[in-house]
Amino acid sequence: MAGPAIRASGLEKRFGDVRAVQGIDIEVSEGELFGFLGPNGAGKTTTMSMLTGLSRPDAGSIVIGGIDCSRNPKAAQHLTGVVSDESNLYPELSGFDNLCFSGALYGMRREARRRRASELLDMFGLGEASSRKFSGYSKGMKRRLVIAAAIMHRPPLLFLDEPTSGIDVESSRMIRQLLSLLHREGVTIFLTTHFIGEAERLCDRIAFIAGGRIVRTDTVERLLQPVQGRHVLTVSLSGGCTVPLGDLERAFPGLDFYLPAPDELRVESGEPLKAGSLVRFLEERGVEVEEARKRVLSLEDVFVEITGIGAGSMLKEKERGRRQ
Amino acid sequence: MKTWIAFWGIVRKDMTAYYLKPPNVSWGLLFPLAWTGMFFIRSGQGIHSLLSVLPGMIALSILFGTSSMLAVAVTFEKKAKAFDRLLLSPIPLVLLMLAKTSGAILFGMFNALVPVLLGFWFADLSGADWRMVVPAVLLMAVVSTYLSLLLAILATEVFEVQTLSNFVRFPMIFLCGLFFPVTALPGFLQPVSFMLPLTYGVDILHAAIHGEQLLPSALDFAALAGFCLLLFVLCLRSINRHWIG
Repeated sequence: MAGPAIRASGLEKRFGDVRAVQGIDIEVSEGELFGFLGPNGAGKTTTMSMLTGLSRPDAGSIVIGGIDCSRNPKAAQHLTGVVSDESNLYPELSGFDNLCFSGALYGMRREARRRRASELLDMFGLGEASSRKFSGYSKGMKRRLVIAAAIMHRPPLLFLDEPTSGIDVESSRMIRQLLSLLHREGVTIFLTTHFIGEAERLCDRIAFIAGGRIVRTDTVERLLQPVQGRHVLTVSLSGGCTVPLGDLERAFPGLDFYLPAPDELRVESGEPLKAGSLVRFLEERGVEVEEARKRVLSLEDVFVEITGIGAGSMLKEKERGRRQ
Repeated sequence: MKTWIAFWGIVRKDMTAYYLKPPNVSWGLLFPLAWTGMFFIRSGQGIHSLLSVLPGMIALSILFGTSSMLAVAVTFEKKAKAFDRLLLSPIPLVLLMLAKTSGAILFGMFNALVPVLLGFWFADLSGADWRMVVPAVLLMAVVSTYLSLLLAILATEVFEVQTLSNFVRFPMIFLCGLFFPVTALPGFLQPVSFMLPLTYGVDILHAAIHGEQLLPSALDFAALAGFCLLLFVLCLRSINRHWIG
């Protein structure tokens, strides 16, 4: 591929009155694992549809592997593999036949498809289920086969839409390992997800998208820099905090106190926090403490700070994803 | 070469996954058999009347053979996002459409064979002009298939496409001269008949099998080919508009 693997500028997409994507610019280098993070409805899938040729942008330009796809969405499809957010293989065909069919769609000859399909089935731990119909696969197995189908023709650029959403822990881990392997082999990966931890672990760079706009793009290290080494203690209170924050700051110097909600006290520090003394201090002053939770600040906090979208909504989506 | 591998891949997959499934094959055999038998008995004019029923039976078998599975399969694939796999592959849209419809066209032609074989068995088809029958059957299968694809593009649910198909198919049985001439229809309905592609195909079959003809065959073929082209272009534009929005 010549130049960046993906270069999109000024992408816009409307659905009726809704502006799903509003002037998005993306540049992904060759061999990079690029994360595209945002809540449901943020414009992730719409952006990916435009980049992969499933939909046309209303405005803006797309260049994939040096090929301008702005007018002809199919121009660079031979360079890409796409994993949709749904397990969209053919239920009536076996795992092996599904892979062979995917290979045929990219012009692979019979022997080459059969060899590659067997190789991938083994690589994805599906060798024993190769002759079983796709409809009989578990959710995790289906996701793995969908990814295998996307890389049948060895594309230099792989798009994945929520690859680990709604599947078991073991399959998720296997998929993450496979993505790392493909990344090491030099495949450019464009990953959309709302699992922030997954993006933090896998990606070189991340773009945060909210309300159809990219609000920040940076390397994981740089995104994490402001919260590096910051410790947080979240104290849930049943009747609100009746102790003034000033009293708390005097009693515990070096700690920062916030009240993000009437029944929640947030404490931040550059040092590991001890919950016991603070809880005792509050209870002695008549404040009823329900729960105190310690954690280290993560990319999720960065996301919340940058996008203004509450971690709660992301967590709800995670739960929804797990239930699916 | 690479795109042809994809083309045959799609045709083979559709044949395996849909058209050559035992329920579909048995339906493809039983449906024309049952209808031919029914119309033959109903006509009550003896074995020779089979020749006048045959063009309508061939048309009916093609119409239902092409439309029954394709529309449902495409709507189902679109809903399950399996069709996106085809749209995401580097196959030109025209070739993709040809591949996706080839199975239905072949299946429709296979269905048409059933009443033809019955005709061979029970009647004298020595006077039939096969040089007209074969291309007419092919064009009728193509036109029915693209009509069915167009309905599939407009629908989002399987039940929607089934309903739409019935609204299109059943009136055509009565309006296109399958079992009684278009001229026997009330005057206000006759222009509608000539707006439907099947009318021209059935007219060719009537001419080729028992010599009765409404329009010159050249005009019938031209109209049928025109409908094929029109529906192909409409399908292509609709896919571009609805599915690659």
